[in-house]
Amino acid sequence: MGIEEHRHAIRELIEDPTLTYRQRIQALALAAEDVLEPPPVSEACTQALAKGLICDLAEGHAPHRPRYTLPDYATALAQGSTFLELPAPTTFDDATTFLLAVYGSVPSITGYPVWFGDLDALLEPFAADLTDEELRTRLRRFWILLDRLFPDAFAHANLGPTDGRVVRAALAVHRGTLQEVPNLTLRVDPDVTPDYLLLEAMCTVATVAQPHLVNHPMMVADLGDRYGVVSCYNSLPVGGGSHTLVRLNLKEAALRHAGRSSTFVRDTLPIAIELTAELMEARIRHLVERTPFFETSWLVTEGLLSLDRFTAMFGLFGLAECVEHLLALDGRDLRYGRDEDADALAHEIVEAAARLVAERPMPYCEASGGRALLHSQAGLDSDRQVTAGTRVAVGGEPGLYRHLEAVAPNHRWFPAGVSDIVRLDETVAENLQAAVDIAKGALAMGMRDVTFEVANGEFVRVTGYLVRRRDIDRVASGDGVRHSSSVLGAGSFTNAHLDHRRPQRVRSPERDARPRR
Amino acid sequence: MRALVADVVDASCVDGPGNRYVVFLQGCTFRCVTCHNPHTISPRPTPTSRWAEVEDLAADIARRAPFLSGVTVSGGEATLQWEAVRALFQALAADPATAALTRLVDSNGDCVPEVWEALAPWMHGAMVDLKALDPVVHRELTGRSNGRVLCTIRQLTAIDRLTEVRLLIVPGANDDAAQVAATARWLAALDPVPPVVVQGFRHEGTRPAARRYRPATTALLEGVAARLVAGGLPPSLVRTRGIVGAEPAPPAEVPVQVGA
Repeated sequence: MGIEEHRHAIRELIEDPTLTYRQRIQALALAAEDVLEPPPVSEACTQALAKGLICDLAEGHAPHRPRYTLPDYATALAQGSTFLELPAPTTFDDATTFLLAVYGSVPSITGYPVWFGDLDALLEPFAADLTDEELRTRLRRFWILLDRLFPDAFAHANLGPTDGRVVRAALAVHRGTLQEVPNLTLRVDPDVTPDYLLLEAMCTVATVAQPHLVNHPMMVADLGDRYGVVSCYNSLPVGGGSHTLVRLNLKEAALRHAGRSSTFVRDTLPIAIELTAELMEARIRHLVERTPFFETSWLVTEGLLSLDRFTAMFGLFGLAECVEHLLALDGRDLRYGRDEDADALAHEIVEAAARLVAERPMPYCEASGGRALLHSQAGLDSDRQVTAGTRVAVGGEPGLYRHLEAVAPNHRWFPAGVSDIVRLDETVAENLQAAVDIAKGALAMGMRDVTFEVANGEFVRVTGYLVRRRDIDRVASGDGVRHSSSVLGAGSFTNAHLDHRRPQRVRSPERDARPRR
Repeated sequence: MRALVADVVDASCVDGPGNRYVVFLQGCTFRCVTCHNPHTISPRPTPTSRWAEVEDLAADIARRAPFLSGVTVSGGEATLQWEAVRALFQALAADPATAALTRLVDSNGDCVPEVWEALAPWMHGAMVDLKALDPVVHRELTGRSNGRVLCTIRQLTAIDRLTEVRLLIVPGANDDAAQVAATARWLAALDPVPPVVVQGFRHEGTRPAARRYRPATTALLEGVAARLVAGGLPPSLVRTRGIVGAEPAPPAEVPVQVGA
């Protein structure tokens, strides 16, 4: 891009009537960053990026802060902050005030924090003196500020797996406020999380399509017990985070493959993986070696972040189209999620990718043994004709059990998160235990992440975050919206045909006539 | 042991508490004008029915057990094939993979007491339809008297196997104030009073003759529910099906010491 083009792009941002002040500042900062040359990579890597084989998710040309950070808020609450000139809080109100102050200076790719912490664990010690009513009132005010100060649906809070007053109140408050923020994950441990807490969670799902569920024992086995779920279901080490997220378009990789499907994993996939890893390495080195973040950020100097708790995320997407194209090379017309041979090839590709990523050293990724963590990347607003992550194509989802059988075997290979959306018919709201049953079954079969959406709800889950239908309509008609993520969400809704997602056939009297005498 | 099966649904949230595996047996004793699935009425094999071995059904249920709260046998009228129902429930109780599932029957209530006696040791409960308390209206709607239905409801109450009574409200047939009040009095006299579910008649799946009745509206169902409460039923035991957004309630209690 020449300097005239940059001027033109910046002028357009300055004059764009749909941006809020903060959205404009954020866009201008990225435009300024992109005047610089990106970190140098090989010609092959540059071409792969230009042609869409790999994608840096528009992270910017000069990475100067990690993409995702998960500050150790527990330590902050215990020690107070010199930088913020705040002592360790002693009351519930002091604690929420303290946390809001910290969030205000937590960097991430979005300009807002992507993680608010394990809110129930953080706040439970401060809640002991409050009545249930006092607790709810305070949490509700806190919730309102989270949404209004950090209007971005990638901003994510975690709850569970143990029961407590704060988690119960938080789920109820979340239902009542009808907000996209905080994005919410409940960690579930079948041995620890009681059924009635799951029932509370499913009631919240039926109202606002949250929380997302994560398989706590599986996460602890992979990342240890200090992990958090941030942004679009990215599981990362607490006290660190992810330097970058670069994703490989498996559909594009398949289009570059010559020969039969059986040779893809041997001949084409390793090259594509290496090109992706090369870009990740260049970006990580720029961040760590050329910018002062890890020397000067107060989050680092006060011990809330440390370089040795960082990793990097290697994203995959477009598995559905990849598999179908490769099988077409063999003269077979099969669908991932519908045909077992297609599922088997999908699982083989994911396992091979996991092996290749685990063999490829990655600098400054001590938190994960000097390797990147594999992540099933849930899409971008501009994606067209390519399915998010390792999901079954939108509209092609088979019946509930068949769907889960197709996707569940992938989950063990994605320690940094994978989301497959299960859309439930709206009548499940009358029988929430059914949703609890399905969630428990899915976790038992080895699903790492379980994401529900209730058909025809006001809240639509896009990739891993939520938008409200009325905001999609506002964006479509050229109006501004308060949440930055809603602009992205409206693009995805249109480009990825999310309104065609098939409700799972949990039987409903509205859709199938039931045998009635 | 074989069963003549109209259909199987392996994930249902509308046939009892939680996610349930539902077996619809072929054949019914009633000839309801309002039937949503008239093809399940004939007790003989039809183009849409099939014979299934009970052990195969049990094996398929075992495969889905981690996702289920339980199993419901519906119809048609499940009790027409009560021996197959009992065999299925016994098989489920005997297999550790399925023993924890609740076993419910969805019934029109039109069967003799001996059938319930045979099923009771293996069944957690039955959900019974009461089409109308007035025998004349009942005959108009179903072609049969309701004598055995009322006996069924009393008997299942006495042996602690009545999960719920379902009232299918058909506008113009069984929704008038006098009938609803009488139904409330009759149900309130049971000890214990069972949970009562008010459902609405719809046109989906019915035969042309059913068009003589209007579909029920949500407002009508809410009105019927209110009159049932006014007629003596505890509010906590009356709910309508079709209203969303309620606060979560714990799953319905079902007796547990059955056919271990």
